[in-house]
Amino acid sequence: MMSRSAPPPALELRDVGKSFGSVVALRSGTIVVDSGSIHALVGENGAGKSTLVKIIAGLYQRDSGTFRLQGADVTFKTTADSKAAGVAVIYQEPTLFPDLSVTENIFMGRQPTNKLGRIDRAAMHSETVAIFRRLGVSIDPDRLADGLSIADQQIIEIAKAISLNATVLIMDEPTAALSGVEVERLFAVARSLRDEGRALVFISHRFDEVFALCDQITVMRDGEYISTVATTSTSVEEIVRLMVGRDVTDLFPKEDADIGDTLLTVTNLTSAGIFEDISFEVKAGEIVGLAGLVGAGRSEVARALFGVDGYDSGSVSLRGARLKKKSVTDAMRAGLALIPEDRRKQGLVLDFPVGRNITLAIRNRLSRWGILTNRAENAVADGWASTLQVKAAALSTPVGTLSGGNQQKVVIAKWLATHPSLLIIDEPTRGIDVGTKSEVHRLLSELAGQGLGILMISSELPEVLGMADRVLVMREGRITGELSRAEATAEAVMLAATQSSVGAGASLDQAAAAAQGAAPRNSSDTTQSLENTK
Amino acid sequence: MTTLTETPTPPAPAAPGNAVTRGIAAVFKRRETSIVIAILVVIAAATLVNDQFLLSNDGFRNLLLNPSIYILLSVGVAMVIITRSVDLSVSSTLGLTAYLTGRMFIDFPGIPIIAVFLIGIIFGGFLGLINGALVAYARVPAMVITLGTMYAYRGINVAWAGSNRINPQDMPKGFTSLGTAQILSIPVLTIIAVVVLIALAWYMKNTRGGREFYALGSDPEAAQLYGLNVVKRNLVAFVLCGAMAGLAGVLYTARYGTVDSAAGYGVELTAIGGAVIGGVAISGGVGTLWGAAFGAILLLTIKSALPVLGIQDFWQQAVVGVLIIGAIVLDRVLALRQHKKLLTTKADAS
Repeated sequence: MMSRSAPPPALELRDVGKSFGSVVALRSGTIVVDSGSIHALVGENGAGKSTLVKIIAGLYQRDSGTFRLQGADVTFKTTADSKAAGVAVIYQEPTLFPDLSVTENIFMGRQPTNKLGRIDRAAMHSETVAIFRRLGVSIDPDRLADGLSIADQQIIEIAKAISLNATVLIMDEPTAALSGVEVERLFAVARSLRDEGRALVFISHRFDEVFALCDQITVMRDGEYISTVATTSTSVEEIVRLMVGRDVTDLFPKEDADIGDTLLTVTNLTSAGIFEDISFEVKAGEIVGLAGLVGAGRSEVARALFGVDGYDSGSVSLRGARLKKKSVTDAMRAGLALIPEDRRKQGLVLDFPVGRNITLAIRNRLSRWGILTNRAENAVADGWASTLQVKAAALSTPVGTLSGGNQQKVVIAKWLATHPSLLIIDEPTRGIDVGTKSEVHRLLSELAGQGLGILMISSELPEVLGMADRVLVMREGRITGELSRAEATAEAVMLAATQSSVGAGASLDQAAAAAQGAAPRNSSDTTQSLENTK
Repeated sequence: MTTLTETPTPPAPAAPGNAVTRGIAAVFKRRETSIVIAILVVIAAATLVNDQFLLSNDGFRNLLLNPSIYILLSVGVAMVIITRSVDLSVSSTLGLTAYLTGRMFIDFPGIPIIAVFLIGIIFGGFLGLINGALVAYARVPAMVITLGTMYAYRGINVAWAGSNRINPQDMPKGFTSLGTAQILSIPVLTIIAVVVLIALAWYMKNTRGGREFYALGSDPEAAQLYGLNVVKRNLVAFVLCGAMAGLAGVLYTARYGTVDSAAGYGVELTAIGGAVIGGVAISGGVGTLWGAAFGAILLLTIKSALPVLGIQDFWQQAVVGVLIIGAIVLDRVLALRQHKKLLTTKADAS
């Protein structure tokens, strides 16, 4: 027994690479997870975590590197392959069939059947009841999945994994939409699964949760593996340092501009269940960064400001004049502009030429007696295209054929053409190459210098820290921090963006203590339970 | 397996109430029930005006016979709609198969009737396979693909048949008499349609394959993530739909005896209308084949009842249209109400 070598890790990926055309999504993904442990995978947005997960799930195929499961080389061509091998992935947004019952959702594709192929509904039902009892949840197995809360949907996903008898369970930001109590319930389930000898991978941005739950932490940055550390021998500060990994403040210098009068005033803006009590100001010449995790409610605030969505209470005013609720026309007339996050879907008409996209927001102004001529459009578009150095063969080139960076410039040109006084820009450099990125940053800096107020939503810490005069941090629909340029460090922003609400945090600390007490488990126990699950 | 250390909270008891009364309530909430009631009301109304509608031999027979071909079409189309596609080409598949059926008897005298049935079904399935392959592999919306094949199949039919016509005397008596034959005063065509309906409805309700149709229609992306074979499901749905239209084509020839290149022209809309009225959601994932079949019966019954009720010919189409729109609006309202209810039960529970 003692002479036997240690069992192979449940999941082992080494130097896995994946590119999409010329874009490298993953350079060298490495993660080694032992059976009977919970392993955290952390990194900034765009570090390559999701790509790695999708390779494990069989949604993507790796270009290079090794991928082993319980010591055996594997290649998954479809999600069915990974499931058959005992890998279950729980995505951030649970994927259930709304029109089918909870029980059917758990068993879809592998329902127990008799010889005739008839589904054994009674067996399905009783197993679902058994799993739910074990998880300690009260969900009616016969109800439709439609209308379940995200937390309950995640429980269904976990029930799926359990009924699959998965040996490797990957949870991609499962707690992003959960309340404190729900997180605790999830963690209790995760620990019991670990104690059965399963391997769990937990992706999260919340460090208190990572430290409370996980045994080991693997850090990724820019598509590369950085290091793996044991939770007991590291600290939040060290992990943040590993994640950020560079001196960030010098990368995106914002020139000093004279800060002028207050342009935008937002007071107690609330939209039930989405964001709450949002108050802030943006002054002329100022760039205000709005940081936070994906799903914190930042884009939703931007949409409400610009009148795309309504809100329940509070007010938005520009230069003291209150803006009408839910009226984009009014917001535009007042001088607001919104450059949305998803430029392909929300910012551009992809089949339209560059020129027509640029003039899209000012067509009324350009037209004479309701008639719009190409000449009038091109005259304006040409000016903006050359100011922003849009690299396109001609103004008549369909904008869908341009690179991401040039597309973004076209969207910016479209809104600058309206001569706004306040620009809201959501993820200004997402999916843009490095060169164009700095061009966009320089442009934003220049615009601020000309007296424009800019509200910049960004998930990239270096960008926020380098560009913003002031940083607002949102978490779960609330502003949880306001930091001046001097105060804004990677650690401070991350902390404000990730800490769970006070009540849950306290109980999690207790849970962490309990978990650490149980940490040094007997290795032969682990082997034992591993064999059980086989 | 180890169990959770914490004491699990017992599952909340389901809604209170006697199981029997809840069962009865569930039956009455079903779409199929209301359609059946609607059919009975229409029959009763027409019979009150003219008792020949139901009580004469012919009346009773026609009531059962007329919908049989449409039941097959609606059921086939319903399977495709449940997967969030649609098949407009069933009318042309029916027409082409009906003509093929006649040609078989002319070109191969003495061919067994059962062989003609099989060939018709297989040929219809093959036409469905072409639809399915185009939809599944070319990833073009089914609406466009089947609009194209609807014209293409009809075009082939016209080119092949020209101005020729199949006449009853071209076919063996044993085949043409099927159209009027009865067993225990129930028309044979109706029996065939109902047997096929029972088999397919069982398949959709009780097998993995059947449930995957619903899953695919409910959320195609989730189906992909579940590891379901989406391409295969799409193909199977279209093949089954084509096979149903093929069988309907054979029965069409048996029933009417006369087949030209315009056979079954325009029936696809009645087929889809029947499915939609029967509660098959056009957005996929919802509905039953029984509902689709009852929807087709209701449409056909109304069509034959309107003249009896003294409603003029040209109003019939308008009535059918109102019925379809009414069914869709009703669906939407019910779906919203149910969604709201599910949301509130969640709020109560937490």
